[in-house]
Amino acid sequence: MSSINAQRVLALAALALCGTAVAADISGAGATFPYPIYSKWADAYKQQTGVGLNYQSIGSGGGIKQIKAKTVTFGATDMPLEATDLQASGLVQFPMIIGGVVPVVNVKGVQGGQMLLDGPTIASMYLGEITRWNDPRIHKLNPSLSLPATAIAPIYRSDGSGTNFLFSNYLSSVSPKFKEAVGASTAVQWPVGIGAKGNEGVANMTAQTDGAIGYVEYAYAKQNHMAYVDLTNAAGKKVAPEAQAFQAAAANADWTHAAGYHVILTNQPGGTSWPITGASFILVDATPPNPAATAAALKFFDWAFRSGSKMAADLDYVPLPESLVTQIRNTWKTQIKGIPAM
Amino acid sequence: MNAVAAIDPSHAASQRLRERAFRAATFGAALLVLLLLGGVAVSLLVGSWPAFSHFKLTFLTREIWNPVTDQFGALAPVYGTLVTSLLALLLAVPVSFGIAMFLTELAPVWLKRPVGVAIELLAAVPSIIYGIWGLFVLAPVLQRHVQPWLIDHLGPVPLLGKLFQGPPFGIGVLTAAFVLAIMVIPFISAVMRDVFETVPDVLKESGYGLGATTWEVIWQVVVPYARTGIIGGIMLGLGRALGETMAVTFVIGNAHRIGSSLLAPGTTISASIANEFAEAVGELYTSSLIALGALLFFITFTVIAAARLLLMRLTRKALSPA
Repeated sequence: MSSINAQRVLALAALALCGTAVAADISGAGATFPYPIYSKWADAYKQQTGVGLNYQSIGSGGGIKQIKAKTVTFGATDMPLEATDLQASGLVQFPMIIGGVVPVVNVKGVQGGQMLLDGPTIASMYLGEITRWNDPRIHKLNPSLSLPATAIAPIYRSDGSGTNFLFSNYLSSVSPKFKEAVGASTAVQWPVGIGAKGNEGVANMTAQTDGAIGYVEYAYAKQNHMAYVDLTNAAGKKVAPEAQAFQAAAANADWTHAAGYHVILTNQPGGTSWPITGASFILVDATPPNPAATAAALKFFDWAFRSGSKMAADLDYVPLPESLVTQIRNTWKTQIKGIPAM
Repeated sequence: MNAVAAIDPSHAASQRLRERAFRAATFGAALLVLLLLGGVAVSLLVGSWPAFSHFKLTFLTREIWNPVTDQFGALAPVYGTLVTSLLALLLAVPVSFGIAMFLTELAPVWLKRPVGVAIELLAAVPSIIYGIWGLFVLAPVLQRHVQPWLIDHLGPVPLLGKLFQGPPFGIGVLTAAFVLAIMVIPFISAVMRDVFETVPDVLKESGYGLGATTWEVIWQVVVPYARTGIIGGIMLGLGRALGETMAVTFVIGNAHRIGSSLLAPGTTISASIANEFAEAVGELYTSSLIALGALLFFITFTVIAAARLLLMRLTRKALSPA
């Protein structure tokens, strides 16, 4: 605790040394998924430093467009840009916060955490190949559950979202057939099922449809006590959707060899990794047109890495592992030109 | 002394100036509408050009909508838009007609005002409220009670049964049509009530004087007199139903598919745009969504033009000697 305080004092001192009168607000735009935590951080940061954050949660696509058009200081996206795209548009990308997606079900007699599924089985459900809950493939994973012959009703997110991207990316990485028939994107063409709008739409449709399976953000599943499903991960181990499991997926991922941190945290190795995990990313200019503004934004992100973890955990987001944060600070130093050292 | 000499020439000049300024201001306001409409049309065309030039006519004929492979076709959303709107009218027009007729011809005086105010209040409810209500209240009722009945009783009927197949999800094309119908009823019935009220009492009294029953007066005096207004009201409702976004998005199931069943999920043009535009990445994807908007613009324009044409023919028929 005292070390955190000491860090805060240092951060404040560093800010004070920068000397200039309070700068204009930091401007950013993009992903909706991290919006609650960014705005909570922004409130706390404004109280401490007087510098505000103007973040418009217009969606990842909008965030990418705006940072490419240089109308904002940073963009935010749930779907990382490819390294070639980053280079072509002169952007630097780094992860900021981790979240995860949790499958939820509505099957008579099944409570949260009682059912175990694996990726290929879920992919078959969303392809319309497994249509009843008493299918032998589901029974094999859950020998102790007596499952009804109810029809499976797959529910998906109809609005383009990072949640869709993570879920479809995971199913694509475990099922070649899903990859070929559907693929991975923020919005995909689902062969079966019904689309509901937002986490709340999916949650509600799942809750009111007998035999439904859906997927929602971890925070949403946890706060609403939904009947979540345990998954078998890449290492063949059974994992429950918990903060540690998401962090394990991030820690076990190979960040050092990925240009532009282009790592999608689905299906990561490690016995404790939750398989449908993902990071939300920040995009800034490699050669900022306004170095002072970009420096102010990085200072905010630096502060969030130092002192924002508790706030993130309160909202059921998962902070980045410390090793990764060190690497990101290094990236700032080496790849972004014309800003003062922090 | 005559009256003309009493007019102060400077006063007259300033009066003329004011008139001219006022004329210019109103002309400017009218011109603004045209400019806005033209601007919308041009930006829609420019924005949708990449999609149209890439897919050509297949954009209109294909059901596929796959952002992963960048393949887009507008058939499913166009179909969904037309089907939900027409179904909604099918449900809403008879009810609205009944409301308007009851209020103007049959209702006791003490009931007219409360019902009239209630209709106006319904028209003021924001569409998102209808959407949430549709999802949380109407959909479960349809799922548990209405749709199973439809599937059991109408499903086996030849031809008609095709419309009532599949599992009762609660949301889908039919649910969207229900919600749309409820949303347009206030608009259609308010317009109809207003036009029924314009029917001169003298006409109705002459009918009664000739010994006509209420039924005969309604169908042979009131309705023919108010014909153009009735069509105007229906078109207003149709326009609203075609463009409605939020309420439909909540209850239609948002699937880019054309199902033969009305219980199956579908999508509409505006629902697709609202769902996907924010997270759409890539020129072709964004452009295809804008192209959907251009199609909706075109459909709405056609509906209005068709309504005008219908009205013109009706007026001509009414004026020409039988």
